[in-house]
Amino acid sequence: MSFVYEKLFGDKKGLIGFCILAALILVVFPVMLDSFRLNLVGKYLTYAFAAVSLVLLWGYGGTLSLGQGIFFGIGGYAMAMFLKLEASSPENTAIQSTPGIPDFMDWNQITELPLFWMPFHSFSFTLFAVLVVPTIFAYIIGAAMFKRRVGGVYFAIITQVVSVILTVLIVGQQGLTGGINGITDLRTLNGWDITSDSAKTLFYFINCFLLLAVIIASRFILTSKFGRILLAMRDKEDRVRFSGYDVANFKIFIFCFAAMISAIGGAMFTLQVGFMSPSFVGIVPSIEMVIFAAIGGRMSLIGAVYGTLLINFGKTAFSESFPELWLFLMGGLFIAVVMFFPNGLAGLWEDYGHHLTKRLDFIKNLFSKSKSAADAIELKGSKS
Amino acid sequence: MNMSTNTDFTLAIEDLTVSFDGFKAVDNLNFYLDRNELHVVIGPNGAGKTTVLDLICGKTKSTSGSIKFLNKELTNLSEHEIVLAGVGRKFQTPSIYENLSVMENLEISYPKGRGVFGSLMFKHDAVVRDKILEVATQIMLEKALHTEAGLLSHGQKQWLEIGMLLIQDPQLLMLDEPVAGMSVKEREQTAELLNKISEGRSVLVIEHDMEFVARIAHKVTVLHQGKILASGDMKDVQKDPKVIEVYLGH
Ligand SMILES: Nc1ncnc2c1ncn2[C@@H]1O[C@H](COP(=O)(O)OP(=O)(O)OP(=O)(O)O)[C@@H](O)[C@H]1O
Ligand SMILES: [Mg+2]
Repeated sequence: MSFVYEKLFGDKKGLIGFCILAALILVVFPVMLDSFRLNLVGKYLTYAFAAVSLVLLWGYGGTLSLGQGIFFGIGGYAMAMFLKLEASSPENTAIQSTPGIPDFMDWNQITELPLFWMPFHSFSFTLFAVLVVPTIFAYIIGAAMFKRRVGGVYFAIITQVVSVILTVLIVGQQGLTGGINGITDLRTLNGWDITSDSAKTLFYFINCFLLLAVIIASRFILTSKFGRILLAMRDKEDRVRFSGYDVANFKIFIFCFAAMISAIGGAMFTLQVGFMSPSFVGIVPSIEMVIFAAIGGRMSLIGAVYGTLLINFGKTAFSESFPELWLFLMGGLFIAVVMFFPNGLAGLWEDYGHHLTKRLDFIKNLFSKSKSAADAIELKGSKS
Repeated sequence: MNMSTNTDFTLAIEDLTVSFDGFKAVDNLNFYLDRNELHVVIGPNGAGKTTVLDLICGKTKSTSGSIKFLNKELTNLSEHEIVLAGVGRKFQTPSIYENLSVMENLEISYPKGRGVFGSLMFKHDAVVRDKILEVATQIMLEKALHTEAGLLSHGQKQWLEIGMLLIQDPQLLMLDEPVAGMSVKEREQTAELLNKISEGRSVLVIEHDMEFVARIAHKVTVLHQGKILASGDMKDVQKDPKVIEVYLGH
């Protein structure tokens, strides 16, 4: 168990797993899928950022957050605010009573762009905000909780409460945030049409590269001494403290990092899907993200991506025919996984994968034998 | 006031009291420890021995009194700061990372890369490897470096935890019942180990096994109901009628 991360990533097998994932999302999907389906997969892969963040935070760190939607949402909203401002140029909004501000503000009798929207005219500020705002927010929550040694179930509940509060705020402040509908009608980025197929394909690839980069960065953290300390903390927090570590700082760091990753996913979501709404911030999406990680295997960064893809394919396929059954099915699946396969898909691969490798080895042996047989025949031939 | 007096002692505990809902587990304790001294605290169950260690290492906050380590007040420091000041502590039940290997257990205890960024950049280089091997040899686990700690015998777990303290090179080493669950041979080996490691530092040991105590102790203190009953040489303490009555008699 303890050497899982080494097995998955530290050695050849880990590299192979990473390459298979890279080949799947960078080559197989783009070749096999039409641009509509590819865009759909791209959307799923933005959730994978949050699932990967939960592998770090929950799987290794032992701290369950039921509020990763908060950070996914902040990242997504930051990007959406920039795109919305661009879509609300005075020419585009000439028919409004106050041209130059987003349409939902105009509908809510707001006559001036609110101060906190101003910096989102700048794309570089927006990118900065996507990364830094969620990190600072996570730092505040993390410092308040972990320094007081609040953890476990209490931490999970508090993150959930924060995500509810944020949703309520967004929905309630319709004039500032677009309310329940979210921020919609996003069309261009610096004048470039983001709704075109070519733009969507480009975003898909950017998204894939970012996801792979995030996995590599996470892997770096997990294979460093920091990763071992995370595991040690999950096992015996007190011992770590009495070995001279300020445990809270380590938890805060991993929580901030997880927040930043999730926010990148959120920003990529907005770019690929063309809108952002409170339904990606609240309890349901946050819990879904936990399920993605659990199904994929909460100790496996790569497993989390597969878990996300699998559940979302299932959701799309299933909810077309039986939308009301889907939630029950997912809940049941989650409980089954937690009870019977605590390490999810990655655990199944660990347990049964060797049968497959054995079979592969057998075939390889067969080939090498027949090759040496062929060599022998050749030798004979050359002798005669 | 004695809060501000400096002493030559490694550890100077003065008027230390802790009360749990009115129950005084440690009651107005005065205790001093010299450099190079190996001091054993004995006493019946519930005497407050473990609580004294809890107070020194910051696990429990005192109600009143002072704990000075190398003339530094410990009572208002947090756990990790006390460790950084040079205090190491072994718990009554072995507290090791069962899921990690012996090597990783020692690596985590290695006193470098203790900050967030330090640990991210920490390099497991030759110096670290040598130090880990040196300590592993001292605690007789050099052949088990890659064994998962959870698979070690109870005695070996105790040694591993001692090793985790040794690698930090603390000035004050506190061991709560280090030979509990050990075989006779392991006890002998542990006694030898403790005699060796007490050079150049102070060691505070809690133990019930009187034979073992006799082998290692420079000085013995008997604790009873949070108070010191007797203190001094092993021989004198063993003869003390009060001690015989509450502790050794049964
Ligand atoms: N955190 C706490 N809250 C309440 N009571 C406590 C606490 N810690 C210890 N006690 C009580 O203080 C007393 C002393 O306990 P302590 O563990 O120090 O005894 P000990 O001398 O180490 O005994 P043993 O030989 O059994 O290990 C006991 O009565 C115990 O129940
Ligand atoms: Mg005790």
